[in-house]
Amino acid sequence: MHQTEQVESVVVRFAGDSGDGMQLTGTQFTMASVLAGNDIATFPDFPAEIRAPAGTLAGVSGFQLHFSSSEIFTPGDAVDVLVAMNPAALAKNLDFLRENGVLIVNRDSFNKRNLKMAGFESNPLDDEAESLEAYQVYPVDLARLTKDALAESGMSAKEIDRSKNFFALGLMCWLYERDVEVVEEEVHSRFGSKPKYLEANLKVLRSGYNYGENSEQFLTRYHVPATKPSASGTYRNIQGNEAIGMGLICAAKCAQRDLFLGSYPITPASDILHYLSKQKHHGVYTFQAEDEIAAVCAAIGAAWGNQLAVTTTSGPGMALKGEAMGLAVITELPLVIINVQRGGPSTGLPTKTEQADLLQTLYGRNGESPLAVLAARSPGDAFEAAYEAARIAMKFMVPVVLLSDGAIANGAEPWRVPDVDELPQMDVPLLDDASAIEGEFEPYRRDPETLARPWPVLGTPGLEHRLGGIEKWDGTGHISYDPDNHHHMTMQRQERVDRIAHTLPATEIYGEDSGDVLMISWGSTYGACVTAVRLARSEGHSVSHIHLRWLNPMPLDLGGIIDRFNSVLVPEMNNGQLFQLLRSRYLFNGRRYNRIGGVPLRVEDLRQEIVATLTN
Amino acid sequence: MNEQRKFRPKDFSSDQNVRWCPGCGDYAILAGVHRALAKQAIPPEQIAVVSGIGCSSRFPYYMSTYGFHTIHGRAPAFATGLKIAKPEMQVWVVTGDGDGLSIGGNHLIHVLRRNVDLNILMFNNRIYGLTKGQYSPTSEVGKTTKSTPMGSLDHPFKPLQVAAGADATFLARTLDVDAKVMQPVLAAAMAHKGTSFVEILQNCNIFNDGAWAAIAAKNIRADATLLLEHGAPMIFGADRDKGIRLVGLRPEVFVIGENGLTEADAWVHDAHDPEMTRTMILAQFESPKLPTPLGVIRSIERPRYDKGVHEQVNQAAVNGNKNLQEMLVGRRSWTV
Ligand code: SF4
Repeated sequence: MHQTEQVESVVVRFAGDSGDGMQLTGTQFTMASVLAGNDIATFPDFPAEIRAPAGTLAGVSGFQLHFSSSEIFTPGDAVDVLVAMNPAALAKNLDFLRENGVLIVNRDSFNKRNLKMAGFESNPLDDEAESLEAYQVYPVDLARLTKDALAESGMSAKEIDRSKNFFALGLMCWLYERDVEVVEEEVHSRFGSKPKYLEANLKVLRSGYNYGENSEQFLTRYHVPATKPSASGTYRNIQGNEAIGMGLICAAKCAQRDLFLGSYPITPASDILHYLSKQKHHGVYTFQAEDEIAAVCAAIGAAWGNQLAVTTTSGPGMALKGEAMGLAVITELPLVIINVQRGGPSTGLPTKTEQADLLQTLYGRNGESPLAVLAARSPGDAFEAAYEAARIAMKFMVPVVLLSDGAIANGAEPWRVPDVDELPQMDVPLLDDASAIEGEFEPYRRDPETLARPWPVLGTPGLEHRLGGIEKWDGTGHISYDPDNHHHMTMQRQERVDRIAHTLPATEIYGEDSGDVLMISWGSTYGACVTAVRLARSEGHSVSHIHLRWLNPMPLDLGGIIDRFNSVLVPEMNNGQLFQLLRSRYLFNGRRYNRIGGVPLRVEDLRQEIVATLTN
Repeated sequence: MNEQRKFRPKDFSSDQNVRWCPGCGDYAILAGVHRALAKQAIPPEQIAVVSGIGCSSRFPYYMSTYGFHTIHGRAPAFATGLKIAKPEMQVWVVTGDGDGLSIGGNHLIHVLRRNVDLNILMFNNRIYGLTKGQYSPTSEVGKTTKSTPMGSLDHPFKPLQVAAGADATFLARTLDVDAKVMQPVLAAAMAHKGTSFVEILQNCNIFNDGAWAAIAAKNIRADATLLLEHGAPMIFGADRDKGIRLVGLRPEVFVIGENGLTEADAWVHDAHDPEMTRTMILAQFESPKLPTPLGVIRSIERPRYDKGVHEQVNQAAVNGNKNLQEMLVGRRSWTV
């Protein structure tokens, strides 16, 4: 018999070759954990190369999952269990494994050739080797056991080998008391159309599970009890890119618009295009353009044509769209630009995360070119952020940039499904009747409150008008080179963005609303920041936290809040961009913490920063 | 519903002062477009004109229709998005040789290959006018301009050849000053379902005066150009005494009645030829070697991207689950 030990939370990392199916394994284990009632946060960490040569360090793909019986916000700093499918995966991920952590390795892959490619001079699994002394090492003959399980299947050796991740998955399900039937259902939905692989994978999955039960290699199983979510309701597992797609569909439906997406494939934003391409039945038009520029331009054309128009991109794609974004600013068209940030500059780190496009988004165009900017903080939150981006774009007739990033795009978490009927109202200044207009129609005649110009329904007689990138006379929209008018229009464009702030709710402060340290963060660092602040508070430190949804405009109450703290700490995955913005506006004493590694911030580092800010 | 409405050319003209240089070929094109539009039954509010940047791209401001003066080279992309959003509208793109073939070359070839239902007018004056006189991608080799004091070096594009290379379904050419050619060409372009690409040879009397004098001058036009007509033999010349014949794939000019050759030996124009080979040969004709063709070179049917997009959306709507709440809940959920 095995004993079962109860633990609060576990961080697991699956690592293997790009061809080993680690992302799939991780996703399915995630689903099993979610349905076991745990809170989860994931961090897929894969290389830019599609299939680097097998066994190389460059080809290692990882998937980290944190599951817990309490509320969690991050995929975890240190790994409790590392599943390494080959020596390269071990070499690349061992640093993440905590002392005395569990290490499950596919022993069959530790041959001379693989060891050499991974840079090992000797086999770390050999008894004499001491390099793994600090861990609980479980070598398992994954490849051989998979082969045994599929001996009768008639499959080729290569095909059989590709099922070995299911052995590891089965074993992990046993080890953490995950319901293997949940995983079986996932395998069904994934391989249902390929009966041969379906059967093989199911068989190997079971073999892995049974191996745990029967082999006596593992003496302890672990039990992570279900979480009690803070709110009752229907929950599901969600990834950031899908959440954005759903947020946009809901926004379009609530605004009674069709949805148009102009996009060009780029990592890590492409999944939004993939997702929306499958949602045509919701009135979604997707256009895969010839380049990033055509993608945003087509979206602007569709915005003029009264659709909820969106363009999605990442990295260098954002630079390419700059000129067209300026046109959307001057023509005052509602346009949603989604930037799933990745490591830069240039091609940078395409599959890694970063938040270094903030200043580019705010200022990276010619002329005074203000647009609204908001950021998502987590995969589930990306739904609301996308919905808000669309709502504000249409209400204020302004381009809105939604900043997401690689960690949000591919990360997953449980998400409380909102009630469609309770989504915020849409306010769309459509104009489809000219009968009340005296004289010539004026496309820039504004709503006195929002300063939004009307959104004329194209095709309406009497509303014919000409838009363009040349400065226009306010009201009539005729070309104007008048100095006073240009100054006025420039201020008008800024004012319209500023007025968004008047419609935003008061800033939420986590902790006291005055004290020693105020941490201010934005984007996907939310989870790590809030966790670090909680930790520091539990240690008795006077620290509060604000996480910004809107970067432009900034909340009206922000300056006042900052004034009530002795010091401000701004952690970012860039070289101090928000810090610079805040300091130029609010002139406070502060400290910044910047880590640009292409990976999420670590809770422990942030906790130390809080302490350092307190003692400075 | 608009069938009863009758239009005059001035119904399509805006109240804005036209700001092209006096004598610019664009005036004649503008008048020609106003005239052509008045002959169809489509009201101004059902028409949108999208342009890029350049002298020609000021066009939308002089139209009473919906208009969008966008950014340099990208008009086909804006027009594609618009056409998807507003399939019922007639969408025009006005571009120039610099806008459409230099900075916007990529968008041009892709819109042509997709065959989006647009009418593209490319004003070709072989010069950059708005930036005050640099050579363009259609300028002849050796052209001396502000940016090429020792003469330009690069080989020019032939717009129709580029468009043919992108498998355009409608290709035509006209002259700014020749209403007799322009009107039927515009009528055919408007009637064509798919991307109509019309090259308009245009004079820039400020920076490239006489850009097309060698073919457009009244006294030589009949000999320097070939007016194409579907189903008719290719005969040209002031006395209509010359023909074009194909020897293998090599086109040559012959004199009717000489060397035993008659009208019956002339190449008969087939604008609906689905194969591109002969179209491409024709698109390369250039005076003085061969007469510059005017009129409709190609007009074939091919599925349209914009229509296909709508068909897919409509098809998906038939069986797709449109329940938003169910979309949000997804395949797997749990309730607490
Ligand atoms: S510069 Fe040339 S093309 Fe431009 S408006 Fe003047 S004459 Fe016409």
